[in-house]
Amino acid sequence: MDVTNLTIESILDGYKNKKFSVNEVVESYLKRIKRHDKELNSFITVCEKEALEEAKKKDEDLANGVKLPLLGLPIALKDMFSTKGIRTTAASNVLKDYIPSYNATVVDRLKDAGAIILGKTNHDAWAHGSSGENSDFGPTKNPWNKEYTPGGSSSGSAVAVAAGLTPIATGTDTGGSIRLPASFTNVVGLKPTYGRVSRFGIISMASSLDSIGHFTKTVSDSARILQTTAGKDGYDATLSSDKPKNYLKNLKNGIKGLRLGVPKEFVTKGLQKEVKNAFEGAVKILEDLGAETLEVSLPHTEYGIATYYVIQTAEVSSNLARFDGIRFGNKRTEFGDEAKRRIMLGTFTLSAGYYDAYYKRAMQVRTLVRKDYEKAFDLSSGGVDAIIVPASPTTPWRLGEKVNDPLAMYLSDALTVTANIAGIPGLSVPAGFNNGLPVGIQILGPQFSEDLLFRIGYSFEQKTEYYKQTPNL
Amino acid sequence: MKYTPVIGLEVHVELKTQTKMFCGCSADYFGKNPNTYTCPVCLGLPGALPYPNKLAIEWCVKIALSLNCKIKEFSKFDRKNYFYPDLPKGYQISQYDLPFGHDGFIEVFKEKGSTDVKKIGITRVHMEEDTGKLTHAIVSNEKVSLIDFNRSGVPLVEIVTEPDFENEYQVIQYLQKLQKIVRYLGVSNADMEKGDMRLEPNISLSKPNTKGLPNYKVEVKNINSFRFVDRAIQFEVKRQTALLDKNQTPKQETRGWNEVKNETVSQRSKEEAHDYRYFPEPDIPPIEFTEDEITSLKSSIPELPDEKFKRFEQKYNLTSYDSEILTREKGLADYFEEVVKVGKKYQVLPKQIANEIINTKVNTEEIFPAKLVEIILENKKTETVDESELFSVVTSVLTENAKAVEEYKNGKENVLQFLIGQTMRKLGKKVDLNAVKSAILEKLK
Repeated sequence: MDVTNLTIESILDGYKNKKFSVNEVVESYLKRIKRHDKELNSFITVCEKEALEEAKKKDEDLANGVKLPLLGLPIALKDMFSTKGIRTTAASNVLKDYIPSYNATVVDRLKDAGAIILGKTNHDAWAHGSSGENSDFGPTKNPWNKEYTPGGSSSGSAVAVAAGLTPIATGTDTGGSIRLPASFTNVVGLKPTYGRVSRFGIISMASSLDSIGHFTKTVSDSARILQTTAGKDGYDATLSSDKPKNYLKNLKNGIKGLRLGVPKEFVTKGLQKEVKNAFEGAVKILEDLGAETLEVSLPHTEYGIATYYVIQTAEVSSNLARFDGIRFGNKRTEFGDEAKRRIMLGTFTLSAGYYDAYYKRAMQVRTLVRKDYEKAFDLSSGGVDAIIVPASPTTPWRLGEKVNDPLAMYLSDALTVTANIAGIPGLSVPAGFNNGLPVGIQILGPQFSEDLLFRIGYSFEQKTEYYKQTPNL
Repeated sequence: MKYTPVIGLEVHVELKTQTKMFCGCSADYFGKNPNTYTCPVCLGLPGALPYPNKLAIEWCVKIALSLNCKIKEFSKFDRKNYFYPDLPKGYQISQYDLPFGHDGFIEVFKEKGSTDVKKIGITRVHMEEDTGKLTHAIVSNEKVSLIDFNRSGVPLVEIVTEPDFENEYQVIQYLQKLQKIVRYLGVSNADMEKGDMRLEPNISLSKPNTKGLPNYKVEVKNINSFRFVDRAIQFEVKRQTALLDKNQTPKQETRGWNEVKNETVSQRSKEEAHDYRYFPEPDIPPIEFTEDEITSLKSSIPELPDEKFKRFEQKYNLTSYDSEILTREKGLADYFEEVVKVGKKYQVLPKQIANEIINTKVNTEEIFPAKLVEIILENKKTETVDESELFSVVTSVLTENAKAVEEYKNGKENVLQFLIGQTMRKLGKKVDLNAVKSAILEKLK
């Protein structure tokens, strides 16, 4: 059977109407992985045997009338997610032989909802990077043009969904690691509000910035997954105690009368012409759908990257300290250049005598960035419901193009990092193609406004239908 | 030359909460099989996150309040980054610039026998987590270091004083008071032998007629008994005096206490001092207390040893000696007051009850208050004994038991019980125990 373009909805419907079995679906995805992933390199580990065993069980469950929200849904997990009994490498040689003794909360929740793990996906080691090329397991290729990067750090998850190797894949977004690769591969990528989805069991990159999200073909699929992953777990102390909303309820309500802001700081700063054109086209479509668009200002945007690279590297340097060579089997010399660079930068900025000038200052700017957004979203003083921005300043670049220029690589996150700094949610949705390579836009909203982002994304997606296009492999 | 000691103290107190500081593992690790009380969190496995123990935080605040500290309404945890194999995350979750409690004090007597009081400033009271435990051993002819993570993540409260102590007597009083307080609060067993309380004095000497603190500081690490603190301070005062007399400045360093040699030994010098790269722990949101919450924690604190001691002296007309013994442990103090209540109906005086409890070391678990009153009344019906007869018997007992007498004089106070017993036997009569005791004490003077 052809699973290339299946969504969660179509898979679950298919089970219900007995169009196909779980076993058939899982087998078909595994077959596609076998056929295409040697070249794409989107998976680090494929759990063929376990997935087939699980599929059998789920077919029995279906026959027995078991009702679970994601029963029999195949999924892929970024290799930062701890999976009990399945090696979890963080795409680094340091952990190449590490098998966790426990599941991340999100993994437990997806499994409890009936999902089946197809495998663990590739990414920049420790989620450090914007192209996937920092992986110790080799770079992942963009299925739309294999000479190009799919974006990172969650490169494998984005590619696996785009290439139809899995209907959904999880990711982590610390500075854009979900939204950027989603926009480079024509899939939907969600970075939820900080504090909405548990970080427990997911290898920490930068604890105050890490957001746990996912890639799907469609916006409604994205909402379905969040419905399963969101909410308190008693293990992540930074989670909000507010109950998750119903993310599907208002999905189809349209966007007539919504006020959407276009921040002037995002559209002028070094934006590639092709991206600008695609973005303006998207704004036009949203206006046609009945939204009102207006210019807003986020004046501290220009300090985003600098602020991000101080806070993020400081936290990275501390979070990677546990990989001290005593446990987990491999020495610290196995760390790649990018991890070493960040450990050194972070150790420096936290050192006595430098803390005030770097870390403390960055935390102060962080507050200013957060206030920028709060002001922009303050409807009582002329603010907007949500903000629309491009997901990346450029279209995908060629593999190898930026590997020797870390700063250029860092700057590709310029349009995504401020959402992490402010802790707000962002949804990246496909917005067309340029020379056969995808372009995406991001919808940003106030904290815990995921339902609104899905509503806007859904309207846009229904109008544009880019999700119907698939790459020629 | 005569110098003035300048002494400060850091004390770590392990809390006896059921679970650890940041996970659900049992904190009752003592004597358990290695690495059986562990989970991804206290093992520092990739992806594991700390989830703070609310009760431990409240207990830390209660300790701070009991030490007359101010409580920060806005507080947070910080990461203290350093490498050591017993620290699985590569950092310890602690508190840096916003400890839960700060600026408190405790009062001690200046000198032995003096009634002059000295206020010892409490700089800060903060919460942190304990580390794992390293054991260096030989296994199959190979030198190995073994790590037990059962202790990893057990809640620890650190109490830091100002350098206000002038002698070891003040230090020991402070430690005894602190130990009593945490036991009264029921937040720690403060059992020295189990490592519930770890002591780190820092000692330097100030020259006569100088102002400010000395320009060096010697820290003595992880001492596990009050007696050793006493000795370590005495040793350091001597060692540093000798150096200063030779016009040398003692090295700023960390020293350890060698129990066998009864001396401190150099461990590491200031040049190797760590830069801990503290920064706010991003995995734990800041902690805020409302005034109401602090008030309610304050009201949950029982009467503390100092107050109880004073009240016992005044209300029950006890000597400070009796009052001190009876208030050492809250359980004993409560028992005493129960007996007093019952005794009142039978005209038994608190003083008599105090004597009975102290002299006979009553087993408070077995002998209920009413029973003790009965015993006291029974004892009252004693035969009289002629004072000269008593003294002659005591004299002969003391001569016959010269060895015991010597032991008593060397500080073995429980020998007294033995001597009382011997005297009673020789008298062959039921005599007032206290009369016998004072006769023996008189003779032993």
